[in-house]
Amino acid sequence: MGIDLFMYMRSEMSLTAIIFILLAFKIFSNDEKPVVQMALVNILLLANLVLGLWATGDATLFNGMYQTNATLVLQKTVLNIGTLLVSLMAFDWLKNHKHLLEFYILLLTTLLGMDFMISSGNFLMFFLGLELSSIPLAAMVNLDLEKRKSAEGAMKMILSSAFASAITLFGISILYGTTGTLNFTQMKPLITGSELQLLAFIFIFVGFAFKLSSVPFHLWTADVYEGAPVPVTSYLSVISKGAIVFIFITVLYNLFASLQSTWTNMLYLSIVLTITVGNLFAMRQNNLKRFLAFSSIAQVGYILLGISSGSALGISSAIFFLLVYTFSNLGAFGVIAVVSAHTGKEAISDYKGFYATNPWLSWVLTICLFSLAGIPPTAGFFGKMFLLTAGAAKGNWALIIIAAMNMVISLYYYLRVVRAIFMEKNEQPIAPVKGSNTLKLALAICVVGVVVLGFAGNLFQHINTIIAK
Amino acid sequence: MNLLSYLILIPLLTAVAALVMRSAAQVKVVSLLGAFVQLGMAIYTLFSYNAERQAGNKAQMLFQNTMAWFPTLGINYHVGIDGISLAMILLTALVVVAGILVSWSITTLTKEFFFLLTLLSLGAYGFFISLDLFTLFFFLEVAVIPKFLLIGIWGSGKKEYSAMKLALMLMAGSALVLIGLLCLYYNTNVSGAHTFDLLLISQQHISITAQRFIFPLMFVGFGVFTALFPFHTWAPDGHSSAPTAASMFLAGISMKLGGYGCLRVATYLMPEAAHEYSWIIITLSTIAIIYGAFATLMQNDLKYINAYSSVSHCGFVIFGIGMLTQTAITGAVMQMVSHGLMTALFFGAIGMIYERTHTRMVAQLGGLLKTIPFIITVFVLAGLCSLGLPGLSGFVAEMTVFMGAWQRTGTFNHLATILACASIVVTAVYILRATGASVMGPIKNPEFTKFADARWNEKLASAVLLIGILVIGIAPFWLNSLISPDTQLIMDHLTKTVALH
Repeated sequence: MGIDLFMYMRSEMSLTAIIFILLAFKIFSNDEKPVVQMALVNILLLANLVLGLWATGDATLFNGMYQTNATLVLQKTVLNIGTLLVSLMAFDWLKNHKHLLEFYILLLTTLLGMDFMISSGNFLMFFLGLELSSIPLAAMVNLDLEKRKSAEGAMKMILSSAFASAITLFGISILYGTTGTLNFTQMKPLITGSELQLLAFIFIFVGFAFKLSSVPFHLWTADVYEGAPVPVTSYLSVISKGAIVFIFITVLYNLFASLQSTWTNMLYLSIVLTITVGNLFAMRQNNLKRFLAFSSIAQVGYILLGISSGSALGISSAIFFLLVYTFSNLGAFGVIAVVSAHTGKEAISDYKGFYATNPWLSWVLTICLFSLAGIPPTAGFFGKMFLLTAGAAKGNWALIIIAAMNMVISLYYYLRVVRAIFMEKNEQPIAPVKGSNTLKLALAICVVGVVVLGFAGNLFQHINTIIAK
Repeated sequence: MNLLSYLILIPLLTAVAALVMRSAAQVKVVSLLGAFVQLGMAIYTLFSYNAERQAGNKAQMLFQNTMAWFPTLGINYHVGIDGISLAMILLTALVVVAGILVSWSITTLTKEFFFLLTLLSLGAYGFFISLDLFTLFFFLEVAVIPKFLLIGIWGSGKKEYSAMKLALMLMAGSALVLIGLLCLYYNTNVSGAHTFDLLLISQQHISITAQRFIFPLMFVGFGVFTALFPFHTWAPDGHSSAPTAASMFLAGISMKLGGYGCLRVATYLMPEAAHEYSWIIITLSTIAIIYGAFATLMQNDLKYINAYSSVSHCGFVIFGIGMLTQTAITGAVMQMVSHGLMTALFFGAIGMIYERTHTRMVAQLGGLLKTIPFIITVFVLAGLCSLGLPGLSGFVAEMTVFMGAWQRTGTFNHLATILACASIVVTAVYILRATGASVMGPIKNPEFTKFADARWNEKLASAVLLIGILVIGIAPFWLNSLISPDTQLIMDHLTKTVALH
């Protein structure tokens, strides 16, 4: 059992180990150069990622508290890739930051929480993971200690997060009252759709909607994204959201399978609102971080569209899309991060004439924005196509029409940025930005991912086979 | 490796090679070389195709090749060509060579310019050879964004507005196609699974209720690309703001994607709906033809003249398809090829004039025939082709469309044909007026006498396109024999299915 336990929980184990190594490092030798410290962290994260690729069988541990299977391992791998990229991109911002190690400790704690949350087979474990992943996040948002906006964002985040958790917890307690158990497998046959259970389900759904920032529970998103340091924003928008999507899928498809017609309708409403409102607000933003905040709200709507299919294709397309989204959104945020770290400029109007001074960064940003907009040949096109194909299976054409037409609206605001970069004149364009090699590596990985993933038909096939098991 | 895959591979390699080149001159040479190799490849494909047909190969699509792409969803990379696609490929290859040649004087961001041009042509080639609707849609969208960047960066006038308008309208068109595509996909059933394969879908019986929903989406979606009235508004702005080569690509190749899609996807796969809705298509295209012609009358800018006349001419394509007779559909395909060559030549000549005079306003030009005779001869020839002078390709194509349209019985159809025919008079008015005012008469501006006539690249570009126009004009039976067996196949399919129900 002993060694097996380590293998099944290797993701959590290795993250815990890394956190302790960093803690020890912090206590005993804090005068190392930041470059060395970050190199160490990145190597450890890479090791964690590689370790996560190891295939192991399915298992249920601790009386159903913890479960693992190939799909969950895959989901954790997606999160690990994203975290590694965020870490690489944070280099330019962190190298002069005095709380470097604290950032990583907090970051990895949230990742640990997400891993536990994804693997949970019991509401207790789920809630533990959820809290472990959200409270340190608020501290991360506030990591630029001297900025007032950061503090404001952190405050908003912790309040809305606590509110969402409380609602979820209320829902869980009602479910416990009606079924007498917190274990997913034991609870599943007892979910009959009685009125009380429906109420509980709605509470849990709303809790998820808060975390996913789907409309109308999105109001915290833009302020938090704007206030937080760019690497934290990118982490929030990709990894944190991805983790919630994954557990959301498990809870809906597995635990609440008997309520499928209910949650499909709730998802439909949520999708229409999320995509439309996210897009309409994104059109009016001038701050790039706020802009990407609203665009990521709209993207969540598309993920929910895939999930609403209730089929295996829904899961695989959501995982594939999140992988693509990781590369494209992190690529975009990476450029914004390096420009913000070196010049402090974050407005779309500042990016006018960006191409004349920073051609490489311009192309990276453009390709990533095209991927977010779903333009071929970038991978974003395939991601969106699969989500739409999955979502269309139910034959809800009104929904598909709304989603497809919203892709045109979203194209407008993505092209607005491209237009500023390539076409508009600027008296004082952003001076040439010299990013670190670490950042360049991260951006290169993102661009390669965005360009190649769509043509890697085998990868999507692989995801499908894993899920079909 | 499959013959057709080279048609995608060559532009891809050209684009990559252009990216790694160091100097602007190298980029140009590489792009031109790539375009010529591609033209050679297209001609080689033509000969292989003819040889296969003469050897008695009766398959609907030749040189087919299938590779699994996303097997779970039934998505394959499936290519193959018939005479219609081959004609479009030849058209594309000719226009690409000419477009790259006239762009020789580009100085700003050369590498990006030629990269985007080649990417645009890649999208077109891929679109014309695709037999899988997903692949087809993929290539359709590949061709949109290069246009946005080409117009927005290298364009003139209100380029940012035009670029955005074009990108959004074309994207809205492809969003409609996408919805139709997904709906079509879920209405297929090949031994329990859904398919995107064009040939497999054509053997399916899509229910008439589904067709009534899908057909308008598809037809209008592709129609936006070919400037179907009332979704044509991107075309005049886009064409006139675009740099010369982009205008040529846009009108010569990109608008044809729409016509091809209307025929190959919408009409071929949903014959009953096409039959039911044909009166709407005929009405809209007749409006486009007449409205386009009259709108052209009001223009003073040479590029706007050609852009609006393109709306009118592409109306003939839709008109021919909407008439649903074999001759009319053959005419529509011929019109696509002819208009592609003619309009590319026209835009090319306008670009050459503009490069020298720095104005495109008819009123400010005049007497140019005396100073730059070669360019003006080309310009006038393109104009004459546009108004349908016998001996040039425009006459052949439009004549075929009219003859085919008249074969369709019914007062309404005959009335529409008469109206469409009548537009030719208006065409003659605006073409003769524009060419007359800008090239004849006294030299308006003393600066004009200093102009040098066409350079080698401009001569070559004009020659490439002119040869195409003349060949079709003088020996239309070659093009006709290439495409009419396949339009006959499409027609047989249509009559069989419509009669079945």
